[in-house]
Amino acid sequence: MMNYFPDEVLEHVFDFITCHKDRNSVSLVCKSWHRIERYSRRRVFIGNCYSISPERLIARFPGVKSLTLKGKPHFADFNLVPYDWGGFVYPWIKVLAETGIGLEELRLKRMVVSDESLELISKTFVNFQSLVLVSCDGFSADGLAAIAANCRFLRELDLQENEVDDHRGHWLSCFPESCTSLVSLNFACLKGEVNLGALERLVSRSPNLKSLRLNRSVPLDTLQKLLMRAPQLVDLGIGSYVHDPSSEASNKLKHAIQRCKSIMSLSGFLEVAPRCMSAIYPICGNLTTLNLSYAPGIHGNKLTKLIQHCRKLQRLWILDCIGDKGLGVVASTCKELQELRVFPSDPFGAGNDAVTEEGLVLVSAGCPKLNSLLYFCQQMTNAALITVAKNCPNFIRFRLCILDPVRPDPVTNQPLDEGFGAIVQSCKRLKRLSLSGLLTDQVFLYIGMYAEQLEMLSIAFAADSDKGMLYVLNGCKKLRKLEIRDCPFGNAALLEDVGKYETMRSLWMSSCEVTLGGCKTVAEMMPSLNVEIINESDQTEFNLDDGQKVDKMYLYRTLVGHRKDAPESVWIL
Amino acid sequence: MSPPPLLGVEEGQSNVSSPAVDCIPETGLGMKEWNYLGVSDFSSVDSSDVMSLSEDNKNNLNLKATELRLGLPGSQSPERVTELRLLSSGKVDEKALFPLLPSKDGICLSSQKSVVTGNKRGFSDTMDGFSEVKSTMYTEKKWMFHGAGSDSQSPQPPSHGKYSVAQASVKKDGPANAIQDRPCATNGTNLNRTGISNNSSNAPAAKAQVVGWPPVRSFRTKTLATSSKNNDEVDGKPGPAALFVKVCMAGAPYLRKVDLRVYSTYKELSSALEKMFSCFTLGQCGAHGTPGKEILSESKLNDLLHGSEYVLTYEDKDGDWMLVGDVPWEMFIETCKRLKIMKSTDAIGLAPRAMEKSKKDCCT
Repeated sequence: MMNYFPDEVLEHVFDFITCHKDRNSVSLVCKSWHRIERYSRRRVFIGNCYSISPERLIARFPGVKSLTLKGKPHFADFNLVPYDWGGFVYPWIKVLAETGIGLEELRLKRMVVSDESLELISKTFVNFQSLVLVSCDGFSADGLAAIAANCRFLRELDLQENEVDDHRGHWLSCFPESCTSLVSLNFACLKGEVNLGALERLVSRSPNLKSLRLNRSVPLDTLQKLLMRAPQLVDLGIGSYVHDPSSEASNKLKHAIQRCKSIMSLSGFLEVAPRCMSAIYPICGNLTTLNLSYAPGIHGNKLTKLIQHCRKLQRLWILDCIGDKGLGVVASTCKELQELRVFPSDPFGAGNDAVTEEGLVLVSAGCPKLNSLLYFCQQMTNAALITVAKNCPNFIRFRLCILDPVRPDPVTNQPLDEGFGAIVQSCKRLKRLSLSGLLTDQVFLYIGMYAEQLEMLSIAFAADSDKGMLYVLNGCKKLRKLEIRDCPFGNAALLEDVGKYETMRSLWMSSCEVTLGGCKTVAEMMPSLNVEIINESDQTEFNLDDGQKVDKMYLYRTLVGHRKDAPESVWIL
Repeated sequence: MSPPPLLGVEEGQSNVSSPAVDCIPETGLGMKEWNYLGVSDFSSVDSSDVMSLSEDNKNNLNLKATELRLGLPGSQSPERVTELRLLSSGKVDEKALFPLLPSKDGICLSSQKSVVTGNKRGFSDTMDGFSEVKSTMYTEKKWMFHGAGSDSQSPQPPSHGKYSVAQASVKKDGPANAIQDRPCATNGTNLNRTGISNNSSNAPAAKAQVVGWPPVRSFRTKTLATSSKNNDEVDGKPGPAALFVKVCMAGAPYLRKVDLRVYSTYKELSSALEKMFSCFTLGQCGAHGTPGKEILSESKLNDLLHGSEYVLTYEDKDGDWMLVGDVPWEMFIETCKRLKIMKSTDAIGLAPRAMEKSKKDCCT
């Protein structure tokens, strides 16, 4: 019946379908839907920039306006990937620019972004509105200056956790007076100074500004002025928060904060004198998101007192100096909590005031809506995990990191197989799982059996044999990303079903038992995969013997064959 | 309508039910190139259709259903048959491990799947005595979260005895000790992997830094390292040793005191001092710029302190008057005894740089 509708009608219907997975499904129904969908697609998500080329992207979606690209493998975050591995965005920008695409939005994660790329974006795409860079590197304040100066309709400049060379902080002054369209400005990750006057003027002429995250160089008095000029803010990231509670400056700040009745998300406190937290209390009642994970200066009862004011919190990111007791306060206060992330404040130290299984159990008991967890802790027990699994069956993301990577249950001295088994069995909607602690093949059997919705799995220092990997590959039908380090998985597991890797985005294996020969076999059998061997040791000594164990292997499906931009340390089989 | 769609897989959902591969007539699927933006030459089948097909042919598929067939249709590796033989001879019998119908095995699992399809699996009785232990573990574990209620309040920890039996039977590939000796390639840290380890003795050994562990983004680690150095106040009280020093200003009727530990950079200190002493300098400030006219530096007072009018100096442990800003901050707060804001005219000889700076500022 749908065939009798003109294309415009179908297009209008498709407009309501925004999720890219749904749009992919729509495009598979029949040829005419495929055609209509591809011409009307505006937003494209590419999870691995090497899986497809920009030419093919444009050939299929000539109307693309928003592009999301991810580059380096996840373990690049932890220094396991050479800095020059790849993930360059410039080739994409160049092709998009040459083919006259009207790009409006670009979201990049773990990519190398050069100043030339930013300049090219700013000068080519007239209607460019939104730039979001997460964990990227390769650019400096000069690139930001180009964006500021040339993107006349810029709405969003969101820089999250990027390594930026910003010794010249003039970029903020480059926003022209005519730029009044800003909705979101986040430069919290920049280390250098910014022109405070320019910042104040920019905020003053941006009536639509909803999200503002400052870096640590923005002092308190500027913060106060900015808040006075932008009381409509919804999301605030505080840079420097150092003041004397009895001072005039502090009073002015309190007054300014109280005017901001819409703030629902608070973060930052990159420099903080915790005596002054009480000035924040008036807005705590409305907060749904609180990120104090970069504020080690706030701890102890200053931290818990703050949290006690935040009854509506849905998302909380904190440091483990909150302690188990502090998590108890979270449990009793934040009944709406959905996402909790507890980061280590002292990753390599003794971690005396880190959290343990007790804190997690308390939160699970007090916050039944909890569905997303990232938890760095000193220790974990099976009993605790089983309790958590019972209390919170709604986990979508469950990432546990025990700081000592092979620590067993300290009470029973057993591996944590049963605990994680309980999690995967209880949480039927689990999509992402990270394991740690002492683990045998058993836990992988449980994962293979129960984690039916699992899409991403991270394994480190676990398992006893190839069976572990086999259970997972066999059982997790929806697996998209598998990353493994320091596990005894060898060629038998790797080669058991190479076809599986074509159904996944990528597989990472480092410090495992796979050999060069095994990797070569995968590459030969599966031309649709790129199998990359990363070898950062002395190149001349790289033994080409097939029996040689491979230090790091990263394989991913692709439609465009071997990439041409790999450095010397990367060998594509 | 176009002909009935052929089996396909959607981007991001590997809902492939492998048994169904054998039911669908070979239509020359071969190695179809997949466009992972969601398109292939044919459309996808609703996965439930696939499931029902598999159920129809359940009996034929029992064997194949539990194989490790996870690739896309048509992507089966040519050596599949060989592998199957290898599997059934001596290695883990995967078929038995994942039988089609869990109920066959007589094991009560808490989360019985209501839809029995080709992909469902349960435990096998036949796997080398492993499952024998498994079944007892299962009924004992009380993982009946749904409705069973029972005594799930106090989850029972795995009993030692049973677990080690399982361990013994599962580890056909070698004793657990073998794992211990396996070095970790990149980092050379031998991590003790047996379950019966003494925690406290392990702790120091395992703390040897492993590359990329704990998995914290390097950006975060670097940022926190800087922050931690700067913020060491504890519970709102002045830090380990509150460092109050007197600050005097030329021409001011009284002195002030600042706690140097509150600040982490010279800039913060100078900002704080500006505010403290602003009442004494506002007169001069007005003369330097009309309101609304932007001058180069953000803070006019900053100019005063660092530019032409004033110079910030301190007395160190030796009693010498030094110019603030020469040494790293940490060293400064350790040696600073008192601060003095001098007029630059008084600071001749002490602060030649300040004179140069003031010249620069005048010219720009």
